[in-house]
Amino acid sequence: MSRIGVFVCHCGENISATVDCAGVAEAMSRVPGVVHSVDYKYMCSDPGQTMIKDAIKEKKLDGVVVSACSPHMHEPTFRRACAEAGLNPYLCEMANIREHCSWVHEKSEATTLKAIDLVHKMVEKVKKNQPLYSIKVPVTKTALVLGGGIAGIQAALDIANAGHKVVMVERSPSIGGHMSQLSETFPTLDCSQCILTPRMVEVAQHPNITLYTYSELESMDGFIGNFKVRIRKKARCVDEKLCTGCGLCTTKCPTKKIPSEFNEGLGMRSAIYVPFPQAVPNKPVIDKTQCTFFLKGKCKVCEKVCPTKAIRYDQEDEIIEVDIGAIVLATGFNVLGAEHFPEYGYGRYRDVIQGLQFERIASASGPTSGAIRRPSDGTEPETIVFIACAGSRDEAKGIPYCSKICCMYTAKHAMLYKHKVHHGKAYVFYMDIRAGGKMYEEFVRRAIEEDDVKYIRGRVSRIYEEDGKLIVKGADTLLGHQAIEIRADMVVLASAAVANDGAEELAQKLHVSYDPYHFFAEAHPKLRPVETNTAGIFLAGACQAPRDIPETVSQASGAASKVAALFSQSELTREPVIAVVNRIAPPLYSTCTGCALCVPACPYQAIEMEEIKNRDGVVVKRAAKINPGLCQGCGTCVALCRVKAIDLQGFSNEQVFAELMAL
Amino acid sequence: MSATTHHHDADSLAHKLNNATGVSPTRCYQCGKCTAGCPMAEEMDYTPSHILRLLQLGLEGSEDRVLRAYSPWVCLTCEVCYARCPQEVDIPKMMDFLRSESARLKKVNPRAADFLSFHKTMLDSIRYVGRLYEVGMIMGYKLRSWHFLEDVLMAPSLFFKGKLKLFPHLIKNRKNISQIFKKSGNARTEAAK
Repeated sequence: MSRIGVFVCHCGENISATVDCAGVAEAMSRVPGVVHSVDYKYMCSDPGQTMIKDAIKEKKLDGVVVSACSPHMHEPTFRRACAEAGLNPYLCEMANIREHCSWVHEKSEATTLKAIDLVHKMVEKVKKNQPLYSIKVPVTKTALVLGGGIAGIQAALDIANAGHKVVMVERSPSIGGHMSQLSETFPTLDCSQCILTPRMVEVAQHPNITLYTYSELESMDGFIGNFKVRIRKKARCVDEKLCTGCGLCTTKCPTKKIPSEFNEGLGMRSAIYVPFPQAVPNKPVIDKTQCTFFLKGKCKVCEKVCPTKAIRYDQEDEIIEVDIGAIVLATGFNVLGAEHFPEYGYGRYRDVIQGLQFERIASASGPTSGAIRRPSDGTEPETIVFIACAGSRDEAKGIPYCSKICCMYTAKHAMLYKHKVHHGKAYVFYMDIRAGGKMYEEFVRRAIEEDDVKYIRGRVSRIYEEDGKLIVKGADTLLGHQAIEIRADMVVLASAAVANDGAEELAQKLHVSYDPYHFFAEAHPKLRPVETNTAGIFLAGACQAPRDIPETVSQASGAASKVAALFSQSELTREPVIAVVNRIAPPLYSTCTGCALCVPACPYQAIEMEEIKNRDGVVVKRAAKINPGLCQGCGTCVALCRVKAIDLQGFSNEQVFAELMAL
Repeated sequence: MSATTHHHDADSLAHKLNNATGVSPTRCYQCGKCTAGCPMAEEMDYTPSHILRLLQLGLEGSEDRVLRAYSPWVCLTCEVCYARCPQEVDIPKMMDFLRSESARLKKVNPRAADFLSFHKTMLDSIRYVGRLYEVGMIMGYKLRSWHFLEDVLMAPSLFFKGKLKLFPHLIKNRKNISQIFKKSGNARTEAAK
């Protein structure tokens, strides 16, 4: 027979104003199995908790029901009190007679009767409660950072500086990301590479960071603290240990007319190449799709000129397996492709370019060494038009969102142009100027007031070529929607920021959710912005949504601090409210029939099939097994299981039925 | 604060305005607060913020529209716009400049011909008399505007009440006044170049 104690709280007058608390306590004392039943003004207060602790000891209680407020409010309080008195905390339950009763009903006999019912069913549940113990999960203190842009660099450095190991994986041959392509950064106009390259070098030299460039994530298994990750290190065809980065191979390579990815197609690179002079690591890669040797079977010029004999044509992709405790996703963004702008002639007219291309033109390390020149004929554009919201806020193009960075970089572009072409005319077509940020509005005003950039509020309808000029047809909605035509030499589209290629596949590999635009989804838009729905995987930078450098860096540091907090303990403690597949004595072993329907139903990929073997090692049964590290206790599998082989600890079928039968 | 750089187009009306008065149309961010508070906005063809917008863009034809606008002539220089402007654009000063500039370039809005006549006559009175000389000004205005009979019936009663003096009251030292006119006139023509 159970020995249950019932403690009815008045919550000041919150409950006692409409519920006869003494009456509830009295009614409970007559329920079989209840050996102690009292009411008190404030159960959560110190004296109230002492009452519970004393009763547990004196009356040797084996179950406690606190009839008070919502368990969201005080369940941890009362469970802690029980634990202090030596009772397993999961033998303490709360009956919510405040939110579910006193607050929503008038004072009446029926209100008290409802309270009695609510407490009674919880008493019946507690009779079936089993002691539970919190789950301990070990943590591997190594973080995986996916992406080597400024987000990944910041996160990796922060985690590494906190004393933890970091593995960084970057898809392209060098880290640096989009930030390394930028000329200057708003709103201070400091040179992007000057502030970035020291960080890149720091990553490469940090004793806690292992860097894999030209590598991609192959697969991921496991759960928070215990991920198993396979990384594909693509063949560079260069022995990185021998290569000194002298660059002789890249200068001698006969295949030189390949559009450079780093220069957004405005410059050329060779088949064996280093993406840019400040690349980290400064080791070349052979582009197998362009290399004459790989295409035609002969050439080998690089091998002949290499002073350290570092060229390896037969090098193969390498798979590296690493144990990881936490993952930071920092895979960045991309800009909307040319095919989306037929009306602007992007891709058709060489002098219609997008923002990243203008960055390269304006950059001192770019194809024009920083001089503003038209891609078509290399002349200096006298009139330049910038088009903001090119693709952004355009539902017809499938991008209803604001790309956020374009207002600022367009102001910067126009400013850089005016600084370099004093007599030139710069026009910006915009819909709104969104310059929220420290010194941002001032920056845009500077472009307008001091550099005389002409801002025109209106969307450009189309661009066509006439007598070597690009005719930009727009309207000034501030001038009563007057149609405006500008004869430009060059047009720069602030094309929308979109999710990176392969973001969807990567999200599926990592079981991370994503939004309709393939940006990775945060766990909560306000309160958990750097976490994903999968425990142990965090977000940094523009892979979550378009954002600028300061925001990216702060988010990366936020993600890094989450990782450091996770790594601060050697074990994770989790609530034991998880689903469990029963195991019973042979010859049945489990009532699970091995239908495996629960496996795909689990939203957290926590269920796998286990082979149960007898003592001779012969497989006698296949049954589902739930990973306690991954299970979130949602109960989907419990509802789905056709043979009722799965139960949710703390909310077992037996407990729930006991509650219902009490009504 | 005025915008001063070599980037501005030196021939533009906006640039001339800035040179002559220190008022920079690029300061305006088109919030519309000036127009919202202007007591004469309903009488204007282009509201104050619209004039500023036309100056900002400097597109072909828009400067001409500004110079031929009716608005500067109905502006009362009450300065409500300037008092409320978050960007501190001195619109009354700009309107003043636009009046003299359109008069100089003979682009005065036809509807504003009478205003111009009145302005000229009034300034003449001050230039030669040193103060307002009503009878002289009325005669000058009528000669300029050809409104010979307008308000004529008011003259007798005004005369008998002593409001119309037949001879001007000259001030002392009229030379100083004419010097002021000479100087400011020169400065304005200089700046407008």
